[in-house]
Amino acid sequence: MSGYIQNFLKFRPLLNELVSRDIKIKYRRSVLGVLWTLLNPLFMMLILSFVFSNLFKFNIDNFPLYVLSGQVIFNFFSESTTNAMSAIIGSSSLIKKIYVPKYLFVISRVVSSFINLLAAFTALLAVMIFTRAELHWTMLLVPIPLVLLVVFSTGVGLFLSAITVQFRDVMHLYGVFTTALMYLTPVIYPLSLLPDTVKFIVMLNPLTNYLSMFRDVMLNNNLPSLLGVVVGLVEAIIVMVIGLYVFYKKQDTFILNL
Amino acid sequence: MEQKTVIKAENVSMCFTLASEKFDNFKDYVIKMIKKQVSYDEFWALSDVSFEVKQGDSLGLIGLNGSGKSTMLKTIAGVLKPTKGTVVIDGTVAPLIELGAGFDADLTAEENVYLNGALLGYDRKQMEAAYQDIVEFSELQEFMHTPVKNFSSGMVSRLAFAIATIGTPDILICDEVLSVGDFHFQEKCEQRIQRMIDAGTTILFVSHSIQQVKKICNKIVWLDHGHVKMQGDAEAVCEQYSHS
Ligand SMILES: Nc1ncnc2c1ncn2[C@@H]1O[C@H](COP(=O)(O)OP(=O)(O)O)[C@@H](O)[C@H]1O
Ligand SMILES: [Mg+2]
Repeated sequence: MSGYIQNFLKFRPLLNELVSRDIKIKYRRSVLGVLWTLLNPLFMMLILSFVFSNLFKFNIDNFPLYVLSGQVIFNFFSESTTNAMSAIIGSSSLIKKIYVPKYLFVISRVVSSFINLLAAFTALLAVMIFTRAELHWTMLLVPIPLVLLVVFSTGVGLFLSAITVQFRDVMHLYGVFTTALMYLTPVIYPLSLLPDTVKFIVMLNPLTNYLSMFRDVMLNNNLPSLLGVVVGLVEAIIVMVIGLYVFYKKQDTFILNL
Repeated sequence: MEQKTVIKAENVSMCFTLASEKFDNFKDYVIKMIKKQVSYDEFWALSDVSFEVKQGDSLGLIGLNGSGKSTMLKTIAGVLKPTKGTVVIDGTVAPLIELGAGFDADLTAEENVYLNGALLGYDRKQMEAAYQDIVEFSELQEFMHTPVKNFSSGMVSRLAFAIATIGTPDILICDEVLSVGDFHFQEKCEQRIQRMIDAGTTILFVSHSIQQVKKICNKIVWLDHGHVKMQGDAEAVCEQYSHS
């Protein structure tokens, strides 16, 4: 165990470098640079609010905030896991030639996505202030849903990155999967709108729980329910353990399949 | 004086499954599973290789192309895990297996110095301290802010060599790295390797040039189709090798 920690500490600078590389490359030659991470969710929010408040008329006060908060959470999950999935394949030339703890590639993708999440979160705060929404003390609890979500996504990312090395089909399937998942997460629509059977399925989705927690503390001035936190924690830990286990079992064969 | 053993390879075997039977698609896999056709064409790149390297020794690996030299070095560097057998390493390893492998073509040389340093396990402070030395050794002063994709392969190797040889690692692995770059630079590299040997670094060296191997190494392992054909003092093995 102490060997693992030592190894992690030795390669911690690499994590910083990988993340800063991701960000540098993403914004090289773009005039507005990192500002885009902030502007993107804002534009999406504008479009979605326009479409849904004019066409469908959901009964939600401050619909832009509802959509934006949904996006912050869902986009992080979908972006971090999609990027993490290709982390190993994308670093194949390195993995074949240099020894590095391979999970770092996955973690670095998740961290980069988390930085985007922070930008989107800033956008959310900006919109809250701009629309004069009330700012509640419960906001200080926002690390709870975020940490759970990060652990959960990392677990999914580790799992996906490991199996994608062997089965490239996963990449194509996963795009379809996340699209479906988005409709099974109350990003745009309110839960109350759903018929019971569909609602049951949507509630089974772990993201629904993380998102409700996030909205509770950010928008609704509610403490997260104890049950929600416990269930969320258990789900995050189970997924993380599965992800680590599969990754650990498969990592020595990566190089043979890359 | 009893020297410490820094590398111990015991019965190392490395098996690759050949590309013809590689399936990267789920449908193929399932179909073959059902038909019970998931058979592998095995290829043993290394079989039962054992040797020891003492501290301060410099070991050369020689053999024809495809005899398993790079594969052996990769198991020592931790890139490959042997199918059978064990490799035990005592100390820090600086691998020079494929120069420039850790570079990101879109980043500038300077950014790559830090990225590559991190791949070798150095933090930013250590790299800042070594930066001047890297620039001077690689003689790339004017190009440090150029993206590496615009470098010639010689320039890439110069930079990579300069980065990989900062500090004094306990073990330095060189896989045919001296065959790139111009004559002047080769000489500089050889000097640097010699200086590291003098400072107590253990060297693992692979080169096409038997002359170079003789000059740098005192011990040699001769690989042939993944088997150890002969090992021992440099003179004796070289003698045999040149007669074969
Ligand atoms: N990842 C791999 N998959 C399949 N075969 C490999 C792989 N890596 C090396 N080999 C095979 O192993 C043998 C030894 O290769 P190598 O160690 O590179 O030889 P050398 O460096 O002595 O020229 C070669 O026949 C090569 O084709
Ligand atoms: Mg080779």
